Amino acid sequence: MSADTVLYDVPGPRARRRALIGTVLASLAILALLGVVAKRLNDQGQFSMELWGPLIDPSNESFEAVWRLLAKGLVATLVAAGLAIALSLVFGTVLGAVRLLTSPAARIPLVGFIELFRALPVVITIFFVWRVFVELNINVAPLPGVDGLWYLVIGLTLYNSVIIAEIIRAGVNSLPRGQAEAALAVGMTPGQSMRTVQLPQAFRTMLPALISQLVVVLKDTSLGAVLALYIELLRRGNIIALNLDNPIQTLFVVGLIFITINYGLSRLAVVVEHRLSRRGGGTTAIAAAEQVVPAT
Amino acid sequence: MEGVTENLDLFWSGFLRSLGICLWGMVGSLVLGTVVASFRVSPIASLRWFGTAWVTVIRNCPLTVLLFFFAFGLPEIGINRSYYVFGVAALVVYTSAFVCEALRAGINAVPAGQAEAARAIGLTFGQSLGAIILPQAFRTSVPPLGSVIIAMFKNSAVVGAFGVGGDLFSVGKNLTGAQGYAALPVLTGVAIGYLCITIPAGLILAGIERKVEILR
Repeated sequence: MSADTVLYDVPGPRARRRALIGTVLASLAILALLGVVAKRLNDQGQFSMELWGPLIDPSNESFEAVWRLLAKGLVATLVAAGLAIALSLVFGTVLGAVRLLTSPAARIPLVGFIELFRALPVVITIFFVWRVFVELNINVAPLPGVDGLWYLVIGLTLYNSVIIAEIIRAGVNSLPRGQAEAALAVGMTPGQSMRTVQLPQAFRTMLPALISQLVVVLKDTSLGAVLALYIELLRRGNIIALNLDNPIQTLFVVGLIFITINYGLSRLAVVVEHRLSRRGGGTTAIAAAEQVVPAT
Repeated sequence: MEGVTENLDLFWSGFLRSLGICLWGMVGSLVLGTVVASFRVSPIASLRWFGTAWVTVIRNCPLTVLLFFFAFGLPEIGINRSYYVFGVAALVVYTSAFVCEALRAGINAVPAGQAEAARAIGLTFGQSLGAIILPQAFRTSVPPLGSVIIAMFKNSAVVGAFGVGGDLFSVGKNLTGAQGYAALPVLTGVAIGYLCITIPAGLILAGIERKVEILR
């Protein structure tokens, strides 16, 4: 770490000694902080087996039921995230490609649509879809699964497809101009060139950004819990916590599940990015995609 | 339309409340994020470790889980505050991880030659950091920081949806739910309220970006 930072030289003996002293002091400070937190938790009896047992002790009577419910919640979260990302990919690619292919005048409503849903908080979009669908009697019941799932998925899709459309647009725009020119020169229509030449290359370079977007979608499914719209992992956890009266412990486990999955996905995005940049090309496209993808 | 026209005062107070959440969140997360970023680039290994752990955990955890943890977990150990305080605190903690990463990316983007030149002319660590590195790092960080802040403005709606009360989202929820106004006009009003925050913020940030941009 110290070798590849620009801030300081490779340290000499004095600097190393100073850094060592600092490390020891800072470690003590961090340990003291953790100690205070642990003491507080202990004083309030938060380490008791009564609270943790149902989550970590297989011989506990509630253990099996709790984990069965958590597994059900996780499946519900994954189903919602999977549907949302699949639909967003389809609509996002179409939106992005159409935006690139149409004339500036015809593009105006499309750009308006994209900018509108990009600027709206996704929780508002989901709530809006839910209430307005109910009010206008748009029936989602024929679709499999509970209604709440589809309000959540449609809301998430509206938001994420415009993000993916922007990722695709950045990817296509960062390709060398010669790609499209060559395709047109051999007699392809602009649509054919987009479909067979530009989009496949854009997808390849956009892969890390698309995986990162999956993390965002997975996190956003938990908005179903805030809106009391859909019973996914967090809402399941909350119901369990209310029954067992152990919110700290159950939410800790729920958070850990989310963090593990998302951390895995983030690592995957990094690995894919390394592979792509090693195979040459695409680094500018990857950088372009990272500019579009919002941070959270 | 009466849902909006009859309740303009509610919308206005909701707008101010949401704006308040945004501003507290922005100030808090910028301060906390800068502290964590300074940990992550410090020469002290344990601070670096702490900063890395903080960012890894918080970036991969949904904001909603943090909100639930603050609001339902902390009272269990005797910390009782209003939902407003818990909501803003969760938003600050969540956003701090993203602010940290934006700042760190800015510091890493400063060419190594700048720091080497600073050391070569005899500047101390503090001087080279204060006069050479950070001014450039902050300017490079402006675009990513800007998108972090705008994302935070949008996340403030989650805090509202969580039940802070009195903010734009709650106004929309109450009017369409308990009071039975038509959903479409009311929620359009709510959406316009948020657009009134995010769009000007985007324009202001784009302006700042143009001002501080470094051409390399």
